[in-house]
Amino acid sequence: MRLTALVLLLLLFTSTLRSQNVLVTDFKGLEPLLNQRNDTTYIVNFWATWCIPCVKEMPYFQKLHDEFSGEKVKVVLVSLDFLKHLDTRLKPFIEKYRLSPQVILLNDPDANSWINKVSPEWSGALPATVFYNRNFRTFYEKSFTYEELQTIVKQNLIKK
Amino acid sequence: MKNIISAILLTIVSVSQLFAQGVKVGDKAPDFKLKNVDGKFVSFADFPDAKGFIIIFTCNHCPFSVAYEDRIVALDNKYKAKGYPVIAINPNDPAIVPADGYKEMQQRSSEKGFTFPYLLDEGQKVYPKYGATRTPHVFLVNKQGKSFNVAYIGAIDDNSQDAEAVKEKYLENALTAVMDGKSPQPDFTKAIGCTIKTASK
Repeated sequence: MRLTALVLLLLLFTSTLRSQNVLVTDFKGLEPLLNQRNDTTYIVNFWATWCIPCVKEMPYFQKLHDEFSGEKVKVVLVSLDFLKHLDTRLKPFIEKYRLSPQVILLNDPDANSWINKVSPEWSGALPATVFYNRNFRTFYEKSFTYEELQTIVKQNLIKK
Repeated sequence: MKNIISAILLTIVSVSQLFAQGVKVGDKAPDFKLKNVDGKFVSFADFPDAKGFIIIFTCNHCPFSVAYEDRIVALDNKYKAKGYPVIAINPNDPAIVPADGYKEMQQRSSEKGFTFPYLLDEGQKVYPKYGATRTPHVFLVNKQGKSFNVAYIGAIDDNSQDAEAVKEKYLENALTAVMDGKSPQPDFTKAIGCTIKTASK
């Protein structure tokens, strides 16, 4: 468990990592990422390649990642694709959309045991996104325009 | 002044309750009249012998729904005879997801040999009454006296990816409880699913 968390953190803080490296983890491995207490603003998006509204907003998360690359902002894309589709669907999708934020495949089928730990407001529908840093935390079960994402991050960003 | 404030607060509370969407466990299950894949309209009254219903909001295009298709057929086969037939409802707007159109539903129903009604929520008026947010999303309804009441809301089981790896059959456990005259525990679970597709989302 500790080792998983450590590996996860290492992956998250290694910006040189290529996006094709998809980390596969259960919820225990993902949980630390949802509860960091530092100056970084985390945008954790739950999505899947088959989810139409998720795919539509994917370029906005990429743009957010690019626009705030000089700030303490971390975009993480948590895919709920089935594990059997890792090589056939998820990796080709990352290539096609040239996604550079970290992609994690959350392979933990008993969603009832962890959905509330992401947010009690979440019904389980995709897409869903958590925004947080040490000063704020907010959750949305909806899709965004780029401007909406930008506004949330700008308003809450902890300046360097 | 205090009275005015309380009056305003009361109004806000009642207005918000008015717009609060969906049913909770224990609430009356909203009846409907929706078109089945065979062209006939289906309502609760079409099942005079039913002791309840397994209402499942599901659709063609969502991988989580597809992953559950065989399990839903098995549920219908097992529980229809016990008085709890499955009624599947596709809540999506086919204008947004063409794969969830009426013709496509007919095709899927015959391909998979659906043994239960597969209804289109035309105009998307029924799913908000239930408060369904995703597919698949289950509402177990139990007849108490003449009233159909919601007994369980949530997931079919604890593993959408692999039927063989299921440990907790939430819906079947709820059905067993209801048939024993007990309250299901848990009576509410969550699952990952596809958003219900509407023009506004």
